[in-house]
Amino acid sequence: MRPGRISLAALVALGLLSVPAQAETIQVTVDKLEFAPVDVNAKVGDTIEWVNKDAFAHTATATNGDWNVTLAPKQTGRLVPNKPGTTDYFCKFHPNMKGRVIVTQ
Amino acid sequence: MIARLTAGLATLCLLSAPLLAQGAKPTDPQIAHIAYTAGQLDIDAAKQALDKSKNKEVREFAQDMVRDHTEVNKQALALVKKLNVKPEDNDTSRALTKQAAAKRDELAKLNGAAFDKAYVANEVAYHKTVNGALENTLIPSANNAELKSLLQTGLKIFQGHQQHAEHVVSDVK
Repeated sequence: MRPGRISLAALVALGLLSVPAQAETIQVTVDKLEFAPVDVNAKVGDTIEWVNKDAFAHTATATNGDWNVTLAPKQTGRLVPNKPGTTDYFCKFHPNMKGRVIVTQ
Repeated sequence: MIARLTAGLATLCLLSAPLLAQGAKPTDPQIAHIAYTAGQLDIDAAKQALDKSKNKEVREFAQDMVRDHTEVNKQALALVKKLNVKPEDNDTSRALTKQAAAKRDELAKLNGAAFDKAYVANEVAYHKTVNGALENTLIPSANNAELKSLLQTGLKIFQGHQQHAEHVVSDVK
């Protein structure tokens, strides 16, 4: 996660990437094997933060294979989407856990 | 087919256990024992898989089972301690244990891909059986709200395991 954020910051600093002035952090709570909210709306450059409140390990894994965020027990995982689009995701360990990330420019 | 038959037999086995056949609802101490036993049996099955299997996906699945079921059982033990409930052995727990021992002996004779297939097929069947018992008997019978809530979380986890196992089955074919 960190190298990704650093390089993104570097790109922004160099003016190579246009990111909205106020990138937001959007939280998804992972509690009792549910992603809440199920649908998340974000803009390119925002940070999506999964806060895992469970004592169980989870993942947020894009069904199209674009990204995979590991969510250790009681830990937070992050993703900065770099392109617009709608991506369904699930937990690799508990595929009955499902969510969707909707990214706009 | 074999998995389905096994699941059917297992369900029959559970349903025919005198505890449930009498129409008597299991008590909270019995429910706690059944849930804990079911988790422990799956941990034992996973340990057998970790001893025998060389398949990366099967091993990862088994590790997931050890990790999740250990955590659920840790929470179950903490809860029974808090509630001052002593888990009580019963016919359903005994039936599950007996069936798991038979399956373990059967799997012990297999190796390589044959073992992998049989292990994950049984994981699908086993989770299906336990989920059916949780959904139809254990959760509706639980009196204590915290126990009921833990069983409901357990059900979601085990349903996840069942889907995960189904996915592994299609990969090791």
